[in-house]
Amino acid sequence: MREFDLEVDSVRDLNAALHALTEEDRDRDFLVCHPNGRHSVAVGAMLEADIRIEGHVGYYCAGMNQRARVQVRGNVGPGVAENMMSGMVQVTGNASQYAGASGRGGLLVIEGDASSRCGISMKGVNIVVRGSVGHMSAFMAQAGALVVCGDAGQHLGDSIYEARLYVRGTVRSLGADCVEKDMTDEHVKELSGLLLAAGIEADAREFRRYGSARRLYNFNIDHVDEY
Amino acid sequence: MSVYKRAQRPSATFPDHVLSEIHRAADQGIYEIRGFGAKRRVPGFDDLLFLGASVSRYPLEGYREACGTDVVLGTRHAKNPLRLKIPITIAGMSFGALGANAKESLGRAATAMGTSTTTGDGGMTVEERSASETLVYQVLPSRYGLNPDDLRKADALEVVVGQGAKPGGGGMLLGQKITERVAGMRTLPEGIDQRSACRHPDWTGPDDLEIKINELREITDWRVPIYVKVGATRTRYDVQLAVKAGADVVVVDGMQGGTAATQDVFIEHVGIPTLPAVRLAVEALKELRMHRKVQLIVSGGIRSGADVAKALALGADAVSIGSAAMVALGCNKPVYEDDYARLGTEPGCCHHCHTGACPVGITTQRPELEERLPPEVGARRMRNYLATLVLELQTIARACGKSHVHNLEPEDMVALTVEAAAMARVPLAGTDWIPGWRE
Repeated sequence: MREFDLEVDSVRDLNAALHALTEEDRDRDFLVCHPNGRHSVAVGAMLEADIRIEGHVGYYCAGMNQRARVQVRGNVGPGVAENMMSGMVQVTGNASQYAGASGRGGLLVIEGDASSRCGISMKGVNIVVRGSVGHMSAFMAQAGALVVCGDAGQHLGDSIYEARLYVRGTVRSLGADCVEKDMTDEHVKELSGLLLAAGIEADAREFRRYGSARRLYNFNIDHVDEY
Repeated sequence: MSVYKRAQRPSATFPDHVLSEIHRAADQGIYEIRGFGAKRRVPGFDDLLFLGASVSRYPLEGYREACGTDVVLGTRHAKNPLRLKIPITIAGMSFGALGANAKESLGRAATAMGTSTTTGDGGMTVEERSASETLVYQVLPSRYGLNPDDLRKADALEVVVGQGAKPGGGGMLLGQKITERVAGMRTLPEGIDQRSACRHPDWTGPDDLEIKINELREITDWRVPIYVKVGATRTRYDVQLAVKAGADVVVVDGMQGGTAATQDVFIEHVGIPTLPAVRLAVEALKELRMHRKVQLIVSGGIRSGADVAKALALGADAVSIGSAAMVALGCNKPVYEDDYARLGTEPGCCHHCHTGACPVGITTQRPELEERLPPEVGARRMRNYLATLVLELQTIARACGKSHVHNLEPEDMVALTVEAAAMARVPLAGTDWIPGWRE
């Protein structure tokens, strides 16, 4: 176990150590203490590693994560796991805006609530939120799944492409070109798998599915009110 | 028909092209989307002249005495700043907007000339990375194709906030250009109209930008320079905020800058010309005492060695070319004229990059059109063009008595028009008058 106390060590020290890991390294457990809201904690990890962060972090924690398992025992600032590629990022508290922005793979789990624009521009990441998400979540979401066990704020899935949205609670409003879709067995199976992976006990059949109506994929003057 | 000519005169308010646009809009119900840059005339580098050496200055011998052209970019924070042999770089143009052969041509030529190329929306292709010895990787609002592996392969990063052709607007790539490969790189379905976001998904404002830049530095271990590119609008503020946010290099793109596809109303009516933008950017850097510490790259309508010289004389460290590079590859060349006609245009007027049916094989993904631009041919043309720009640049610098092109200065120039004098803050030719300037 390698320990980094961010009251003593710098974020640079931590990230440099993560980037210096090689496939041959056997000690891949990292403990990060006293993050105290610092930004860019554990960004750019490339290899399998277990990184536990004890406390609250600022912007972009676990940004562009590849293969590592990152657990934040606290709240996270904006852009947690932005553009993550693979691996898993778990937040035991709440997440600020842009959680999982443009993520391309892996699993992001938020045990609390996520603020606005959760999953904005997501490109393949799967995001599971035990609580609720704020307005404009899954804006321009391209691929992957956003699971919301609580409620969703205004304009969910605005200008969505092919991402799949599952919400158990209420949806304040849907954004442009986002519509409710049938929950088929295939979707129940996918959702059940995501909930299981996230460690959340919930019945997938209680969720409703939302996705793109695909009316904005090519410009049509008769849909001009949607633009 | 009236025999009196007065009755036949066209309206100045509604000339032919305006009438035609109203008719088109009434027929189609959508704004015009097109490629290329602004077609209206705006004050520009043509409105400036150099004062060659004479009795009070002595020139350098054009064919013998050295005139340096090298430039170092990213000296502020990066462990590995870029060392370029010439101060002319290739601007970001996406794979998708351009075909693979065009991108490879640009990369090969830039490598041969010792300068850099830049990726674009859609990310980095293997061909581009292998062809370009020095490659700048753009971090764009869409984040299409963005990934940390390519981030680490890049020689510099460019956070794109805006583009001269459309500051405040996102990109467009119409469905006809979204082929299987382009769609795959962007994680989008084939054939749909792709709308790039106009702002980044995970930061808003200069304070966030500073944190974002810091994250990119952390991921790349502070190795490569980080540029911030802005479209020229509120240039003084944007440049200063970019510096405050930690940029190593600021790229200012004037309204003459090109695009692969954007609304015509955006191209022609948003942003300021490159000429005042250079001066504003330099003043902004000087106010912060960061001129030459944070390097300035200027783009937007650079066409000749004279344009390069004027941008450098106003205080830029380097320029970037996009549209002119495409023209060098063959854009608007009078060949394949039947194909131009099929697009409803002709050589010299074509701006149909958005259609994917580029007659000269540059802005297309269609193999039969791309074959018209073999990479070795494109690279030769581009290399020739870059070499010509450098020779022209050195010709002017030597004539002004400069042993390095960065020694050119505003004092070497005068303006032909009152507007250019005011914008560039150089005197109107034959006077010592700089409109709007007080000591």
